[in-house]
Amino acid sequence: MQTENTKTNDKTALRVMTRDVDTRDRGGPRQPMLIIRGLKKHFQVSGKSLGQPKIVVKAVDGVDLEVGKGETLGIVGESGCGKSTTARLLMHLIEPDSGEILLDGETVGSMRGVDVRELRRSVQMVFQDSYASLNPRLTIEDTVAFGPRIGGLSRTEAKSRARSMLRMVGLAPELFAQRYPHELSGGQRQRVNIARALAVGPRVLILDEAVSALDKSVEAQVLNLLQELKKTLGLTYVFISHDLNVVQYISDRVVVMYLGQVVEAGPVERIYETPRHPYTAALLSSRPSMDPTKRITAPPLTGDPPNPINPPSGCRFRTRCPLAEDICARVAPALTAVDDPAHLAACHARVSGSGHSHASAAA
Amino acid sequence: MTNDQLHGASSGDAATSAPLVDVRDLSVRFVSRDMDVSVVNGVSFELREGEVLCLLGESGSGKSVTMRSLMRLLPHTAQLGGSVSIGGLDILGMPARQLSTIRGSLVSMIFQEPMTALDPVFTIGQQIVETVRCHEGCSRSDARRRALELLELVQIPSAARRLDAYPHELSGGLRQRAMIALALSCRPRVLLADEPTTALDATVQIQVLLLLRELQRELGMATIFVTHDLGVACEVADHVAVMYAGRFIETGAVGDVLNRPHHPYTVGLMRSTVHGGQRGTTLEPIPGAPPDLRSLSTGCAFAPRCGEARPPCLTAMPELVEAAPGQTARCIKYGAATTYAAAGTFQAAV
Repeated sequence: MQTENTKTNDKTALRVMTRDVDTRDRGGPRQPMLIIRGLKKHFQVSGKSLGQPKIVVKAVDGVDLEVGKGETLGIVGESGCGKSTTARLLMHLIEPDSGEILLDGETVGSMRGVDVRELRRSVQMVFQDSYASLNPRLTIEDTVAFGPRIGGLSRTEAKSRARSMLRMVGLAPELFAQRYPHELSGGQRQRVNIARALAVGPRVLILDEAVSALDKSVEAQVLNLLQELKKTLGLTYVFISHDLNVVQYISDRVVVMYLGQVVEAGPVERIYETPRHPYTAALLSSRPSMDPTKRITAPPLTGDPPNPINPPSGCRFRTRCPLAEDICARVAPALTAVDDPAHLAACHARVSGSGHSHASAAA
Repeated sequence: MTNDQLHGASSGDAATSAPLVDVRDLSVRFVSRDMDVSVVNGVSFELREGEVLCLLGESGSGKSVTMRSLMRLLPHTAQLGGSVSIGGLDILGMPARQLSTIRGSLVSMIFQEPMTALDPVFTIGQQIVETVRCHEGCSRSDARRRALELLELVQIPSAARRLDAYPHELSGGLRQRAMIALALSCRPRVLLADEPTTALDATVQIQVLLLLRELQRELGMATIFVTHDLGVACEVADHVAVMYAGRFIETGAVGDVLNRPHHPYTVGLMRSTVHGGQRGTTLEPIPGAPPDLRSLSTGCAFAPRCGEARPPCLTAMPELVEAAPGQTARCIKYGAATTYAAAGTFQAAV
């Protein structure tokens, strides 16, 4: 994944140089904001007491990612593919079993690197359920002021920070500051969540299905707001969603996950125009047509995603894959560059010499 | 009319011309000690055998409540008005005891979340057998045979084994298929589907949509789909009705409404829906939020969010009028009266 960022970093570099120099920037504009290597998280769902069989869900099983500065990385996949677990691992909301996270070149949680406290000041998260993620007993001003207050601001400073944040997300403080979450609509609550995340001045925002619960007309409002905030504050986004259209709209680069692993990664245009992994291709052609004269006649895939408790051997997608052969059951394919150094796919059919019958043609 | 014509009408044409579902001026109010909300405010439509109508709308637009009133599947606080006739039966006037005879056999429903709609303590087979026996009074073994047929009909792999599975043992897609099997178990003439694929993953959603489309065609059921997803409507519907604040605001054939929307709300909805090829552009959302149903104004419910609103929009709720052949819109722009054209914009008037 090292090479693929050169291109996007060049763009980022230009942009950063034209702006004021960010004092928090340690590694320079070309240093990826986040690097994740070999991240793993297995949940034991049974076998904690004696005599029970040990059952382990491999929620995230060896994920490598890079997020460039000022970039929006979209993560797509079906339920159970580990996209939300990846987000929670990134925030250290759950501890990874193995693997490392680097924030701007420094290891998180190590002796010499940044500690978790610092990580959470730099990386903030917006969740899907706007109601459940707000404290029902705090006014929204208090909710937004909470982070800055913990971060060392005085009560009045924190309040004025909260008010300016609310204004920034389009909620007039004089109307909204004293309201409680139940008095707001879904879209307004999600704006509060964004304001709260931004109040501690983070550099990265993780948006875990942040617009999925909103109605279409409100979703568009929040997407516009996110684009605007990114521009004015120079933020980096990790945008997790199952909605392929929204991910295409907002992302610079896209990562496709399947059963705890990355199956394809690359620039958004390449993923959407020339998907190289059969799962990505199927996912894209599962989108309803939006034209009643061109209805889909046959489903691109049959069956449901397998249970992550007992994933198939070799390539995890082989049980639903139209290209599956013997080699796919025996050897797990590695993420390899296809066609373009920035476009990676984990599929034997795309790697010459892998032993797959399509391989030589594809290489 | 001569005797011949009468006969012709009742035998040949009746099946195609008399609507199977006829809803007239349906209204639903939820009334309790501290609440009085008008959720549906005068909905009328007809549906014939084999037709698919899609109710499109955002949350709170009244689409699910409209559908549930066709089975009277609403809490006691609901007060229904207008009339609903299905297969010639007056649904709203029916005694409550009699409702169980039409639920399942005449009208049947598929819910959004199969895990909460299926009973977790009975196997799929037991649930279908119970339903079939209750309605058709056949023997246990006949009912079980029928259950197996149904699971095969909805394309559940290794159906015989799945009959003895509990809902939690099935994946989301199979559970939704099992619920479809249950809904079809008593050969309903009208199938209601309330966001049946919303909770499913993309690759599974399209499978279930295609299955429903195929079954609907094969069995010739009249079907009403409730969805907020324009793409889903595109895949399954013949006709769509767009709902806003408890009313139909635009109706027509699916292709016409989605390609040439007339009501400003439908236009806004299409514009704010993200689709491919919009990267780098700013989306055009509808400003504001849907109205509070507890305090609806007398005028057009969409006027406060509408870019084209003029003073007359605030005085009376516009009628649903023909905006193009086969397409109606509830907007004063398309009405016969010239008040809209004559009125200046707000800036001019103020």
